[in-house]
Amino acid sequence: MEQHTNSGNPNVDLAYRRKKNAEDMKHQVISFVLMIFLTLIAFFAVGYDKFSPWFSVPFILLLAAVQVAFQLYYFMHMSHKGHEVPSVFLYAGVFVAFLTIWAFMTIVWW
Amino acid sequence: MSTLARKKGVGAVIWDYLTTVDHKKIAILYLIAGGIFFLAGGVEALLIRIQLAVPNNDFVVGGLYNQILTMHGTTMIFLAAMPLVFAMMNAVVPIQIGARDVAFPFLNALGFWLFFFGGVFLNCSWFLGGAPDAGWTSYASLSLESPGHGIDFYVLGLQISGFGTLIGGINFLVTIVTMRAPGMTYMRMPLFTWTTFVASALILFAFPPLTVGLILMMMDRLFGGNFFDPAAGGNTIIWEHLFWIFGHPEVYILVLPAFGIFSEIFATFSKKRLFGYSSMVFATVLIGFLGFMVWAHHMFTAGLGPVANAIFAVATMAIAVPTGIKIFNWLFTMWGGNIRFTTPMLYAVAFIPSFVMGGVTGVMNAAAAADYQYHDSYFVVAHFHYVIVGGVVFGLLAGAHYWWPKMFGKMLSEKLGKVTFWLFFIGFHLTFFIQHFLGLMGMPRRVFTYLPGQGWETGNLISTIGAFFMATATVVLLINIVVTTVKGKKADADAWGDGRTLEWAVASPPPEYNFAQTPLVRGLDAYWIEKMEGRKGLTPAEPLGDIHMPNPSILPFIISLGLFIAAFGFMYHKQHSWSLFVGIAGLLITLGSMFLRSVIDDHGFHIHKEEILEAENKGVKA
Amino acid sequence: MHVEEKLTAETFPASPEKATLEGKNKFIGFWTFLGGETVMFASLFATFLALRDKTANGPTAEELFKMPLVFVATMLLLTSSLTSVYAMYHMKNFDFKKMQLWLGVTVLLGAGFLGLEIFEFNEYVHEGFKFSTSAFSSSFYTLVGTHGAHVTFGLLWILTLMIRNAKRGLNLYNAPKFYVASLYWHFIDVVWVFIFTVVYLMGMVG
Repeated sequence: MEQHTNSGNPNVDLAYRRKKNAEDMKHQVISFVLMIFLTLIAFFAVGYDKFSPWFSVPFILLLAAVQVAFQLYYFMHMSHKGHEVPSVFLYAGVFVAFLTIWAFMTIVWW
Repeated sequence: MSTLARKKGVGAVIWDYLTTVDHKKIAILYLIAGGIFFLAGGVEALLIRIQLAVPNNDFVVGGLYNQILTMHGTTMIFLAAMPLVFAMMNAVVPIQIGARDVAFPFLNALGFWLFFFGGVFLNCSWFLGGAPDAGWTSYASLSLESPGHGIDFYVLGLQISGFGTLIGGINFLVTIVTMRAPGMTYMRMPLFTWTTFVASALILFAFPPLTVGLILMMMDRLFGGNFFDPAAGGNTIIWEHLFWIFGHPEVYILVLPAFGIFSEIFATFSKKRLFGYSSMVFATVLIGFLGFMVWAHHMFTAGLGPVANAIFAVATMAIAVPTGIKIFNWLFTMWGGNIRFTTPMLYAVAFIPSFVMGGVTGVMNAAAAADYQYHDSYFVVAHFHYVIVGGVVFGLLAGAHYWWPKMFGKMLSEKLGKVTFWLFFIGFHLTFFIQHFLGLMGMPRRVFTYLPGQGWETGNLISTIGAFFMATATVVLLINIVVTTVKGKKADADAWGDGRTLEWAVASPPPEYNFAQTPLVRGLDAYWIEKMEGRKGLTPAEPLGDIHMPNPSILPFIISLGLFIAAFGFMYHKQHSWSLFVGIAGLLITLGSMFLRSVIDDHGFHIHKEEILEAENKGVKA
Repeated sequence: MHVEEKLTAETFPASPEKATLEGKNKFIGFWTFLGGETVMFASLFATFLALRDKTANGPTAEELFKMPLVFVATMLLLTSSLTSVYAMYHMKNFDFKKMQLWLGVTVLLGAGFLGLEIFEFNEYVHEGFKFSTSAFSSSFYTLVGTHGAHVTFGLLWILTLMIRNAKRGLNLYNAPKFYVASLYWHFIDVVWVFIFTVVYLMGMVG
């Protein structure tokens, strides 16, 4: 197999790429701010004792799911092209994970 | 530095195999190691059958019987069937997709050595105070109470070999995703490659629950954990769930590659393309998917309640549908074909009724209400031996005969091969058919003897006789291998004359770079297409040039050895305090070798164009 | 060797982690491995959820967990995830020095997190919450400890890469290694998000 597979054009527009990377980074920072925000809400929802657990538990789980989506799609670049195979295996893993947890929360103590 | 066609001494050959990262040599290692464990498991099976041949026998009694029984199951599944499947995958899959090697040659070797040391560790138990004795499922309520270190050998040995399997699975997934030759689209992959792909995905998701289960068991037994101890709030059912979340997909991990082997064989020896290729792929993926939703059918009698039992019963029965699709496709492949009954084809044809019987009893077991009758009886023993022997072992024997010339360059004797087949086939049905009825008559599994006068004597005697038929078949196979090795006929590239897939286009055995030029794949059954158009070789996709190869390395061996040492250290830490340091030293060996692997650059080497030309002209390609 | 070829910002490819076949293999292989890790952690979470209220007269989650400590630990790890994104940003821009700098910050934050976790476990043990106290304690230490082991391994891994490549800079041989290590670090963070939610916050809700 040939190792060298540069984009074909050795004079790729560097400035363009830099700009695109910088833009990307800006999205990353925004998602980080949102993640911190979500974390704060989660801690607050638990610390605030007027919420019943029936509200706060599903609520913080939802926040966790959203935050993880940020991690996966922005920090780990799953929103970029070329992540089809990773998505298949990650979601297959999530599927098995979900089945396992569901089973352990229901039929283990029946 | 020519690495081609060197003459070597014995020491050099051993060193070569200790350090090899070549998938073809790793396949041979898997075949030898898996074969030896298969013999060990077979001897254990014979001991079981001798003990049960007559009522009130005292040949192997009580605790020793439990150990033999446990080791028979554990060895056959983890140390024989799994590595033999990996032997086939390693020997064939990279060549079938037109690749020069697997994606991670180093990890491939590491996977083998981890499996090997795990298996050796497990079998060390025989000499160090007794083997595990809680059944291959090692249910926590039994295994926590088991005295001695038998269960610790089970837990740590399977943990090590399980890591090896996981690594092997990831390696094949990536190989199939990234290393396919130009034109080899997913829907042009041979069925064996497809089944390898799906089985590897199952490994990826099924082995982590086993890993966790084994960690919890290790914590409970060696480090004071309370996962399965009801007195401290634990729950023994957790082990059962984790084990079967792994254990049921494991059945498909074994049987799907066997399905792939049969698909290749049916097409080759019917001289027809596989009937319903797309539906075969679909059925394979569907079986893999459904395989994760049925594990609790092993636990119907554990008291999960009617709702859970009903859900898992229906999901289990659903698996019969894709399996049925496959059976019909194989039959239609043969229909109207130009059939040659070679040894592999005999296994393939015999597989269909044998496996269907296992499937039918499977659906019977899946009916949760009826399962209360079958549970823990010989009916279940008969069922899973029909599936595992009638499916997996037939598949492995068929594959071994089919690809033997490709792996070793010599044809196995067809005459002896057919003797093996008939002995094994008859012996298999003698042994296990009658066990259905023994089970229905109430004979419990895993009990070391029975009383006379219950009508079980004849059945058990027949079963034992059958086991000796299978043992004789195995001996004939070994003789066949020895005879072939000494004076076998040299195999052509297209050893059976009717090869359809890429592995038959390269020399037998293939050169270490597989393909002098990466082939261009122009359709399903790529080699057949070329032959039908009157070409001798494959259409190349690249000019002849230097070929990049990975370097051999001893590190996989040392990494695995470190874990082997560590396992001994941690196992004895309660008796001897210094033993803990042995454990830590073992881990340091492993981590240190991983560190070396990380910091020492490994760019591989190149085989130069001139050497390739020379090798190709010397007649490897003929 | 080709992969060690000295590159410049202009010739450095847009996706250095996937520019070689080896890199692509690492990339795909590591993602599939993360799929398996997902199932492994799910099994640990499932066990924890089944045993979380089986305290066998030992301390309960509500008695043990302290919000401020968990909050600080979470902030450290979340921030370390961002700093490793910065490192990868500079890798794509072929700025080796800045990449090393941000990786260094990542390691420091990760080490801080690990230090807090060790401190926390030590506290619990002194409060009579040992590994063998109850089913809850066993499952807690195994789940959180497995995560902690991942953090430790990640730190050692990133440090090894930083030191090994400190003198030679970026090339197509080591870029995929850095990239994959950063994926691992993010995954550790993903797991932690579920740990602080499911173990700590849900534990404090009761």
